[in-house]
This record gives sequence, structure tokens and C-alpha cells, in this order.
Amino acid sequence: MVERELVIVGGGPAGMAAAITADENGVKDILLLERDQYLGGILNQCIHPGFGLDYFNEVLTGPEYADRFIKKIKNIPEIEISLKTFAVKLTQDKIITYIKPGTMESIKAKAVIMATGCRERTREMVHVAGTRPSGVYSAGLAQKLINIEGLLPGKKIVIVGSGDIGLIMARRFVLEGAKVEAVIEVEKQPSGLVRNVVQCLEDFDIPLFCGHRVSGIFGQDRVEKVCVVQVDDMLNDLPETCFEINCDTVLFSVGLIQENELIEMAGVKINKKTNTTDVPGMFVCGNAFKIYDLADTVTEDSSIAGIQAAEYLERLI
Amino acid sequence: MKSFDVIIIGGGVVGTAIARELSKYKIRIGLLEKETELAFGVSKSNSGIIHPGTQNPANSLKGKLCVQGNLLTRRIAKELGIDFQEVGELIVAFNEEERLRLLQLKKEGEILGVPRLNIVDQEWLKKHEPNLSLKIVAALHAPTAGIISPYRMAYDLSENAVKNGVEIFTSAKVENIKATPVENIGREFAFEINTSTKMFKSKYIVNAAGLFADEIAGMMGIDDFKITPRKGEEFLLDKKRENITNHLIFPLPSKTSKGVLVIKTSDGNPMIGPTAEDVTDKKDVSTSDEGLQKVLFSVKRLVPSIKGEDIIAYFAGLRPVSGDDFIIRHEESVPGCITVAGIQSPGLSAAPAIAAMVKDLLKATGLRLRRKLFFQKHRNKTTHLFAQPLWKTKKTIQEDADFGDIVCRCEMVSAKEVKEAIKRGAKTLDGIKFRTRAGAGRCHGGFCTTKLMKILSQETGKPLTKITKRGPGTEMIKKDRADG
Repeated sequence: MVERELVIVGGGPAGMAAAITADENGVKDILLLERDQYLGGILNQCIHPGFGLDYFNEVLTGPEYADRFIKKIKNIPEIEISLKTFAVKLTQDKIITYIKPGTMESIKAKAVIMATGCRERTREMVHVAGTRPSGVYSAGLAQKLINIEGLLPGKKIVIVGSGDIGLIMARRFVLEGAKVEAVIEVEKQPSGLVRNVVQCLEDFDIPLFCGHRVSGIFGQDRVEKVCVVQVDDMLNDLPETCFEINCDTVLFSVGLIQENELIEMAGVKINKKTNTTDVPGMFVCGNAFKIYDLADTVTEDSSIAGIQAAEYLERLI
Repeated sequence: MKSFDVIIIGGGVVGTAIARELSKYKIRIGLLEKETELAFGVSKSNSGIIHPGTQNPANSLKGKLCVQGNLLTRRIAKELGIDFQEVGELIVAFNEEERLRLLQLKKEGEILGVPRLNIVDQEWLKKHEPNLSLKIVAALHAPTAGIISPYRMAYDLSENAVKNGVEIFTSAKVENIKATPVENIGREFAFEINTSTKMFKSKYIVNAAGLFADEIAGMMGIDDFKITPRKGEEFLLDKKRENITNHLIFPLPSKTSKGVLVIKTSDGNPMIGPTAEDVTDKKDVSTSDEGLQKVLFSVKRLVPSIKGEDIIAYFAGLRPVSGDDFIIRHEESVPGCITVAGIQSPGLSAAPAIAAMVKDLLKATGLRLRRKLFFQKHRNKTTHLFAQPLWKTKKTIQEDADFGDIVCRCEMVSAKEVKEAIKRGAKTLDGIKFRTRAGAGRCHGGFCTTKLMKILSQETGKPLTKITKRGPGTEMIKKDRADG
């Protein structure tokens, strides 16, 4: 079996920062696995500004922010990048099995950094009742459809949850000529950044209903309407407050969860305080470690994991 | 106008099983389905259980066909390369009184011919089913219960039927039927069937129209039965909980249903449900907060460690109920018409036996059935990466690079499998999902939907704006920005 010094799973902001820092700290053999056909991960679809304020002291868009790291990483000969590469298995012995078009390989790594990011919570996870018509999307999928594919998934939108992606998408839909009927947030306060509430909702006169929840989605083929109900402090419905909003699309922006299936399947436990795990030489960084609000923080967090991996490998010698 | 000896109305698991059975004989067969794809009606919400035959009255038709069907399903699964797993089921008792009811169920099952039934005690349960509630005192163990994918079964049956000459028409909703009395049934065309776009003639009709069997019957003047939809809400758990139970877990049955169950599925995800609620609207497949609460409450009694957070998907289906038993008969008032109605549970298990019974009914009314010399009974097994071990996947990818192009990360589905599904008849995202599981996992299509849409567009030549979830009206996209 082929042996590598450091294998990093994930080529988004976390994986790239970890790879670059590990290299800067002396690791000379790094393999970076990315399942998509390009590096950068979700940053590629975040074409709005607001990235880099902390890390570069500049205002950048997501693709611009990613590009800084992609350019850098491509000039480092010690880092081998493998695209369209899907890791399917991880073991406690740090053996990683991956699939790519035409081949499946297993390699043994001396150190591993898992930078597998996160996924969006779905309608199903917050249990919204009703029918299952076309027109129900996660905010991130809608963002990808519009920004990457150039396709507008709907024209009359209700957004469930006030996470940052939902707020950004509210503005994005308005800019594309769609009507955003409302943003519905079950908590008393919006969950996204204040700057996004101001710049994405208030500046565009989009109504925000805090302390409300969508209790049902209805429509036979396509979404036709949602039912909205106010909730009390214990999050119980106040049925007399129920009202309907006609719409053709419902977006869900109800939080993110770490995508740590490989680590879980390997039976590895993440140490919640540092980027380490209960397997020496196996690290976790970025949103896979903890859900961060900013890409800049992901970069910083992952740089620490890169340093830790380099120090671990140095100790081995 | 197209002419057939037999026209089957309805492309669910019953209709496709009948089509495949009849395709063994030298007759011309057409199958009409109103939806965009097969198995999009009652069958798509089926729990996927091949019942052993228990929980049916000893003298019932459905009980008899279930026991036969359980055996026949194994043979068909082998012939067509469908995954069938004999996982066994446990009907559990919480007290002495319930334990006595188990004995009664065992007796009824044995009269029907259900093999190897046995009562197991707490000791056995602790060893073989460690996550079960400790309050359960005994269970009726039916080892011949199994699981199968209901939609893959319907698709594979239909594919094999087509290979043997059956013609299938989807998006073909029957609008009216003219039944003319003829001198010789089986010789002359007694039926003229109109859909919105085509006209068909046939000597025989098999009405396997599921929820709408009463409406189809009504078109021929048959009005002595009515289909009442009975809604069932089901909730799928994350694949991570695949081994939460080793058997199908049933409570004692009520009068209207087998109760809320913990179900193992061929896809790996455990399923909990279904509810049972009579409704009036044949299109009402909405789920409710109450349904979820009821199902969670009921299954926690069986397996206390099941949590609401484990749920990754849910849906509701409608059982086509007409009285307490199946209605399978030749209509004396409309010679040549076979009714197959009220096929609620255990309809999937019974489907192959229903098909054989329909064949016998047709024969009895004069249809000449001569076996084909070259009936192709086998079908190459479809490759699903999720269903095979990794060492095998390595070989699969070496033989065809496209299997290494993973599009659905949660369920590990490759571009190759999606393209194959489209070649085999998938026209929509749901059609791809049912065949391959792409988009059925924990991210619910968040990551793979755009990839699937693109493959579907490339393979069918349809623009992305015409790609649908499950047929006309369910388009995914409202506008292409490139169109201005």
C-alpha cells in the first residue's frame, strides 16, 4: 500500500489552509483530496462580498477569497491535488480509501486532516408537515442553481430560517427579479449576522417574522402556499395566529451540520476543544470541526490543524 | 389505433407483475399508466415488506395469496436480480394477555400455511434484538418475512416484461372505455380504450388501477365496489441507524392495520410507520405533525432509542382499500374484464400470486395461453454501489470508469448508475431517486440535484428548464437566466 506523509480530505477553505500551513511548517509530502472538479468548495457559489475582512483586511467575494488560496497552493510542488476524488472510507490506522473516475485506491497516511465541511439542515430535519411538491430547496442549493448554473428556481419565495445563506439568498432573489414574500424565523432574534439582516432584508424591505414557524407546505405539483403560525416562548404554536402566504418556492436556511460521516464510521471521536481526535495524528478542521460564521475563521482554525499535523509528523522522526 | 389481446390498466407493482406473468405466453399485451413513470402511484410509498402471511384471517384471499406470493417473490427476485433479504419478523407482546393473542395469530398463520412460526421469549429477544424495549415479554417470530425494494421490483418486472414483448405506455390516463358485448370472448375486440392521446382496442382488460380501480370499473358500468384511500405516513431514518433492529418489528395488529412498525428496508435506511387514517381525497399525500408524534410515540414503545433527530425523510402513501379483502374476479356483467382491486397490504407480497391468479382467470374465460418457446426469464442484475462491498466496487470501477464518478455523496451513487437508470426508463428526478437512491440520503439532494439535472438533460436532450421532479407541473426551474 502506498504511504503518504499527510493526507487532507476536502479542498475547500479549510483543506487548502491546512495544506498550505502544513507545507510552511515543513511537511514535504501532502495529498489533498477534493470530490468536486475544482478547489474552493462552497466559496465558489458565494459570489457576494464580505469575505477576507479579517484575514486579508480587504473585501472580497467568495470566489476571489478562494482564488487567493488556489493560486498559492498550485505553486507548492509538495502538495499534490487530486480532484473528482471521493473518500469512501477511513480507518483508525489512517488508511483512506477513495474513488475517482476509473480507479479505487487505498493509501496509508502518517497524518490525516479531515476538512470535509458541512451540509445544510433540511426541511425533513425540522419536520415541516404538508405535501412534497416541487419548489422546496435548501438555500445553498438555490444559491448554486442561480450563481453557478444561471437558473432561477422560483419567482415567489418564502424563506424558512434566518441563517446567513438564507438572508444572502433573499437579496439574491430580489436582484434576479423574484419576489421574496417573507423570512420566517422561529427564534425571537434572527440567527444570521446583523450586517446581513440590514443589507439583505431591511435594505430591500423584505418582511422578517421572528417568533414564527412554517407549520405546513402545500401544493399538489408545485408549491402553492405555506401556513405560518406564531409560537410562544416554549416554541408551542399559537393556533389562532395562523396565516397563509402564497408562493411558488420555499427555501430552507435552518442551520448547518458537520459532515463527519467518515470519522463517525471509523469510530473516531473528535476532541471538542482542539482540532485533534482520539487517534494520534488525525485532525479535524474548519466547519467539519465546528460550524463557523466566517470563512476567515475557518482559514485560521485550519491553519492551526496544519501546524498540529506538521508538529505531529516532526515528532515521529 | 393499437390492438392487443390484453390491456392492463395500472403500472404499479401489481400491474407490472401481471404483465410479466402474461408475457410468458404468445399473446399481445399492452400496459397503460397515467403517471409519467411506473410505480408513481400506490407502489412508491409501499413499505417494502414481503410478509410471511400472518395477521390475515385464515379463510381470506389475501392471506392465501400472501403465503403463495412470499414463495414466488423469492423466485422472481432470483430471476430478475432484485435484492431480497429474508430478515424475519417479530410480532411483540407486552403482557400475558397479548402473549395469548400471539398464540392465536400463530394458529391462524399455520392454518394459512405460514412455515416455521415460533414464539420466542425474553431471553431470545435480548440476544437477537438487543435494542427492543425490555417491557416486551414475548414475540411471534416469522422467519420467512423479507424485504425488497417495491419500486425496483416494479421497474425490474416491467423491464423483463418489455423484453418479452409487452408494450408499456406511460402518461396514458384512461379517459373512457367502450365495452361491447361480443359473441366470442377472446376472439373479438370487446374493448375500446381512450386515453388523452391514443386509442387502444383489446379483447381483455385487467383493471389494476390501484386507487382509481373503482373509477375504471365505473367506465364499464361496474359499480359494486368503491376504493377508499387509507393514508399512511412513514418516516425514514438515517442509514447510520441501519442496524437498530435485525428483524421487522410489529406490534399486535389492530382491526384496520398491522400497526406502527420498525421496518428494515432494502436501501439500508430503517423506516418507522405507517399511520392508518381513512381519507376522502385520492391525492392527499400530505404528512402532519400529529402523524409524526403518533409514529414516534408508537415506535419508542418498541425500540426506545429511536429519536426524532434520526429522521431524514418522510412521506405519505394511500392504501387502496375496498372492504377487508382483495377483489380479484372476472366480471360476469362485462365479459373479458378482470378486476384486481382493493390491493392494500399485503399487496406487494401477494403481487406474483395475484398475477398467477389473473392468468388463471383469463384462461378460464377462454383466452388461449400457449407458452413462448423463448421466454427470457432472466435479467442482468443492476449494479448499485451502495449494495456491494468496497472490494467489488474496485473491480466495477476498473471495468467502467464512470462508476468512479460519484454524484450522490450521501448514498454513494455514481454517474454511471444514473445514466443506466435513465436508459432503463427514468424520466424524472424521482424516477432516478427510486431506481438509484441518488438524492434520497441525508442531505436530501442539497449537493447532487444540479448534477442529476444536468445528466438527465444531457441524456434526454431536454433543456434544464424542462427537468421535473415527477412529471409535468413539477419543473425544478422557473427561468433560465440565459433566456433573458
